[in-house]
Amino acid sequence: MELAVPIIVAIISAATPLLLAASGELVVERAGVLNLGIEGMMLMGAMAGFAVTLLTGSHIAGLAAAAAAGMAMALVFAFLTLTLSANQVASGLALTIFGIGLSALIGSAYVGQPVAALPKLDVAGLSDLPVIGPLLFRHDFLIYFSIAMVPVLWWYLNRTRAGLRLRAVGESAEAAHALGHPVIAIRYGACLFGGLMAGLGGAFLSLSYTPMWAESMTAGRGWIALALVVFAAWRPWRLLVGAYLFGGVGIFQLHAQGAWGLPSELFSMLPYVATILVLTVISAGAARSRTFGAPAALGRPFRPSG
Amino acid sequence: MPAETPRLSLDGITRRFGAVIANDSVSFAIAPGEIHALLGENGAGKSTLVKIIYGLLKPDAGTMRWDGKLVAPSDPRAARKLGIGMVFQHFSLFDAFTVAENIALGLDDAPDRRELSERIASVSTGYGLPLDPDRLVGSLSMGERQRVEIVRCLLQNPELLVMDEPTSVLTPQEAETLFATLRRLAGEGCSILYISHKLEEIRALCSRATVLRAGQVVGTCDPAAETAKSLAEMMIGSEFDAPRRQLVTTSEDIRLTVKGLNRPAGGAFGVALADIGFSVNAGEIFGIAGVAGNGQDELVEALAGEWRAPVADSIVVDGHPVGRLNAEARRGRGLFTLPEERNGHAAVPSMTLAFNTLLTARRRAGLLWNGIVRRGNVRRFAQEIVRAFDVRTFGVDVPATSLSGGNLQKFIVGREVLQNPSVFVVAQPTWGVDAGAAAAIHAALAGLARGGAAIVVVSQDLDELMSLTDRIAVISNGRLSRSLETARATVEEIGLLMGGAGGGARNAA
Repeated sequence: MELAVPIIVAIISAATPLLLAASGELVVERAGVLNLGIEGMMLMGAMAGFAVTLLTGSHIAGLAAAAAAGMAMALVFAFLTLTLSANQVASGLALTIFGIGLSALIGSAYVGQPVAALPKLDVAGLSDLPVIGPLLFRHDFLIYFSIAMVPVLWWYLNRTRAGLRLRAVGESAEAAHALGHPVIAIRYGACLFGGLMAGLGGAFLSLSYTPMWAESMTAGRGWIALALVVFAAWRPWRLLVGAYLFGGVGIFQLHAQGAWGLPSELFSMLPYVATILVLTVISAGAARSRTFGAPAALGRPFRPSG
Repeated sequence: MPAETPRLSLDGITRRFGAVIANDSVSFAIAPGEIHALLGENGAGKSTLVKIIYGLLKPDAGTMRWDGKLVAPSDPRAARKLGIGMVFQHFSLFDAFTVAENIALGLDDAPDRRELSERIASVSTGYGLPLDPDRLVGSLSMGERQRVEIVRCLLQNPELLVMDEPTSVLTPQEAETLFATLRRLAGEGCSILYISHKLEEIRALCSRATVLRAGQVVGTCDPAAETAKSLAEMMIGSEFDAPRRQLVTTSEDIRLTVKGLNRPAGGAFGVALADIGFSVNAGEIFGIAGVAGNGQDELVEALAGEWRAPVADSIVVDGHPVGRLNAEARRGRGLFTLPEERNGHAAVPSMTLAFNTLLTARRRAGLLWNGIVRRGNVRRFAQEIVRAFDVRTFGVDVPATSLSGGNLQKFIVGREVLQNPSVFVVAQPTWGVDAGAAAAIHAALAGLARGGAAIVVVSQDLDELMSLTDRIAVISNGRLSRSLETARATVEEIGLLMGGAGGGARNAA
């Protein structure tokens, strides 16, 4: 038990940035937009969150800056793909490369500096309980927020009119337009939400997971988040399961390194190998039936006529 | 002058697209409770006019009055607020959503889920259009999908219902049900603007008709007092003779045999083919009728070689089993297939006409030399098609997308016909094509058959099949019916086969 608790806590921490970024991307893709720039948005969020927290000493200001940075990146993407109808795949890849470069450039001044980690919850009595305390009552705000977003997203997508419209836009932009729904505005909104969540996901890395800034510190988590959305079949609850599964693989590889005399690089590969495996298995299944739930208009640009 | 104020009146509506005038000073009025036909060929400007009424397009000039008051709906929402309901030709439905969700998306003040489901059930049964609110739309037949659109409009208590080509996806029996509903609505005071180019149904249903030609109103008439021929002449603007194919005695040489062709359903909304079998003789035109989405696409793909049968013998051309061959190898055996979708399937829209010939004619028309394109031959072959099929184009070096639908269709039909296929399978040969081009395409198919080819025409247009084919079979839910001799078959008989055993509904996937 004493060993399991820190491992589970570590898994929760590893899963949170994935869950945050993937929640945002899930909404973006449900609206029919494929944004491959998550990695870039996360990095900008991580860098902005770290820098502003360092300069102001305020975590709230840091998180706000991270969200704003992610949204600013998403706005660039949305302008290119939605207003100018640029190719979504190319624009998303460009956004990632741009984010890696820009965050490294601006962030170079902050490399190696220390910052206070996000404060943990501390409820008198509860947080000090054995096992339950560290598992449930000793996390920081972003962890609770990321989990709370799952039922909120489910409710939004499946129970609200706004969510229905968003899904309609992702299913057939032409039909939604014919019914008079503002396709481009809805997609802009979805993209901005995706940027916000990716920015917060990045900030979690630089303010909580490892409270420091390093170039490219997301280390491919944006891509794993992208795979997670497919793994989850675009459903919020499955996203939660997937994020913790992938987080678990990440922690397992840390603990397994050095075991069995195998080179550690082999284990470092595990989360990425798992990503590739999941994507392959799912798309092989998808070829047989369309039931796995991809939004029908995913990645298809829309130009309103007339 | 009518005594009462018209429900909707249009005055001088004009709309241009670049240099093209889609609507040129169009004026007409619809009275309350009137079923008014808007009649015209493809490209006459009907769709543009309807989009203006529904607020999807803005007119460049002209005014619109609703109950006597000037209005200019800026978007569909504003049009719905006035009381205008619209049933689109291409449904604005979402396959992956339930009936109730689809309807909620078209309502501006949707009630909560349970209440909406109850209202759907009561309104739909009340008008004889039963619907299950919880079914996925992707699993519905075309007729049922149209019901969803109509019920969506009815829930808003419309005062004007616009129906764009509503019967193009219905069996004759389903169309009768629809007419009964429309008459009842009109009796309750709802005006109906009924857009179609099917003359007989307009004569049966509508009390007045406005005829559009090349964007202009060429006349208003009482369709019941006109003949189908006189209406067609107003629509086309010249003497019109419905093409009648001279029945030729076909030979006994079987050129195409399909036997025991099975194919599993691809995807949740696909249709499985079950034990398809038919044969076509030299000189014969064989028609496959059916409501869209009953396996036509799957069958055409299987015949084309886009999907390969597991058993080579299931498709035999001139004694050679071709079931395992790909499309190019089948063309080598003389089996040519032209799919339904012109843009992106039968032709590459952004490529020039000349290069579009390479898609199917590279071998038979000698367009390659050791794998290198012979540009001279390519252009000459394209020019030959343009000449032989009277394709209206500025040369063969323009992109395929610059041609109108009818001209591009003539070009791709010509591309295959000039290669002299022994078996020619063509899907929806005159879909969205004007009457002149349709007549030319029909003539080309008849000529090809006279030359000894076997021809399969897959079409949802029963009139086309009745005038063009020698024998007709009906595809329903992936099964092909026995074939009927066209000369002896009646529309009712074929309509019953279209409904199939499942009463017209496809089984849920």
